[in-house]
Amino acid sequence: MSDMNQQMAAKYQGNFLKEIEEQAETGEWVKMCMQCGVCSGSCPTNFHPGWEHPPQEIFMMIRAGKREEVLSSQSMWMCVSCYNCYVRCPRKVPITHIMHGIAEYAYRIGRAPKNQPTLHLSQTFWNNATKTGRVNEVQLTQTLYFKDGIASGIKKAMAMQDVALGLVKAGRLNLMEAIGGGHKCKDIKGIHAMLAKAKELEAQRKGRAA
Amino acid sequence: MTVATNQTILVVGGGIAGMTAALEAAETGKQVVLVEKNPYLGGRTVQLYRYFPKMCHPTCGLEINLRRLKANPRIQVLTMAEVTGISGDKGNYSVNVKLAPRFVNENCTACGECNKAATSEIDDAFNYDLGKVKAAYLPNDMAYPQRYVIDPSVVGTAEGQAIKAACKYGAVDLDMKEEVVTLNAGAIVWATGWQPYDAAKITPYRYGEFKNVITNVEFERLADPHGPTGGKILRPSDGKEAKNVAFIQCAGSRDENHLRHCSRFCCMASLKQTRYVQEAFGDAGKSTIYYIDIRAIDRFEDFYQEVKANPNVSFVKSKVARISEDKNGDPRLWGVNTEGYKRYSEPHDLVVLAVGMEPSVKNVAIPAEVMGDSSGFVMADPSNAGIFGAGCATNALDVNRAVQSATAAALRAVQVVNQVARAEA
Repeated sequence: MSDMNQQMAAKYQGNFLKEIEEQAETGEWVKMCMQCGVCSGSCPTNFHPGWEHPPQEIFMMIRAGKREEVLSSQSMWMCVSCYNCYVRCPRKVPITHIMHGIAEYAYRIGRAPKNQPTLHLSQTFWNNATKTGRVNEVQLTQTLYFKDGIASGIKKAMAMQDVALGLVKAGRLNLMEAIGGGHKCKDIKGIHAMLAKAKELEAQRKGRAA
Repeated sequence: MTVATNQTILVVGGGIAGMTAALEAAETGKQVVLVEKNPYLGGRTVQLYRYFPKMCHPTCGLEINLRRLKANPRIQVLTMAEVTGISGDKGNYSVNVKLAPRFVNENCTACGECNKAATSEIDDAFNYDLGKVKAAYLPNDMAYPQRYVIDPSVVGTAEGQAIKAACKYGAVDLDMKEEVVTLNAGAIVWATGWQPYDAAKITPYRYGEFKNVITNVEFERLADPHGPTGGKILRPSDGKEAKNVAFIQCAGSRDENHLRHCSRFCCMASLKQTRYVQEAFGDAGKSTIYYIDIRAIDRFEDFYQEVKANPNVSFVKSKVARISEDKNGDPRLWGVNTEGYKRYSEPHDLVVLAVGMEPSVKNVAIPAEVMGDSSGFVMADPSNAGIFGAGCATNALDVNRAVQSATAAALRAVQVVNQVARAEA
């Protein structure tokens, strides 16, 4: 994976803006930012200590070629997709999408921050949901709760047990999922074929090997 | 009776641009008809307290034009008149003009007895509805024509009869009806001007909901001694002196969700308005300008530097994200200062939204084929034939540029009627 990072760095030779424009989803919009700051002001996560760089600062850092700082930043991963910034942006820049685009690119070339919780959640969710075509809620929550060890996992599970029981009573949570039961997609092979095809098409569109 | 031929120039709109175009054309010897929708001339300019860069009061700047107008027999002025139809072509237009009844004829001496007799009140449009006027009113102190107007709401009432009886000169005529006249013209100058962008559309700023969030045009009226507060800068919610005023630039302008263009005048207008705060309260008056970038166009950089040097005026480089309201009625501004990326949450006594300009009549609403840009401003195009845009109908302009634009339009119109005259000679 780090090879990929070096390849990209070599390919764009310090032109980080071009790199983002070509490699990150919706990255071509970065140059449209006029630095008014309405996105940052509208961001509900802005008081969070992990939110180092607000969107318009990220955009300026991209233009200034601060490759390492941007790709290894926690900032894009903090986006909660509320779309306030996108709605208010006077240039109609799709800020929410760009945040996810940069995050995905950083992950793809192996530069995403280590132990990033959002990344962990996304990865876990994806692996879980694509396995059978349906989310296995019990296994998903187990994986998330026990991420930091058994003790903290049990503590989190105990704290949430009322919610879990309520969900079971309402028929929203099937405990059989713990041993591989519960809902599945009827045509699992079909789902896998669709995902493979989608991956192939996306690679074609972005001009890189699958 | 309005006299018009195919050598007449019709000027639509009697603001600073329309008046200028009419005067310039008439002073070259052309016959001009000036049509104005309001009961008075002067448009938005007369609604200003002062205008930049020389801080002129309209009573001075417009007075010169009114004197030229009164002295010129070639200009016929139609007030309370709107163009409803245009047919024909360059050199020979036929224009329908709808005249709304004023219920006061030319006998009026502006003595004001009708005003004393009136009892009901209507919104004061001249003061952007910030106050009320009686149903028999003089639109503003320097109104031209200097003649009262009676609101249609009192016609057919006992109050109407009392107003009529109060007039010693037989000037009140409650039987006046709306009429449509058809005028001939060789060329048309379209100078219908601008209107402030509807600030209520900028939902995070809560204009119309929070009383202490007002627009820049309303602030002009607050500062004007002829305005609803007698020139005292009092905030609308509780009448408290507004000593800590925030100005939000680009309220609607330069925004794909609102107005796509830069309205040009609003930076200078806010810089100017910080002077009103300074004049009113001295060092106790504080102004804060929230901006993306200050565009003190052209030769006004000096003006900007002067305001910048004032320690009572501060600048925050930020487009304000939203406004909330504190319990005491103070509007609170939220956003991020992009110089240092610092988050702020600042209360102020009063917030002035520097709203932008949009054309009062977009090109598609003109009853003729007229080319316009994506904001609806009239563009210069040969296909417009004998119709020429002037002033803020063509672009977001300040007074100075509107006058330049009007002079240019007058010259183009004069050339058209000259051609007509030569062809007929």
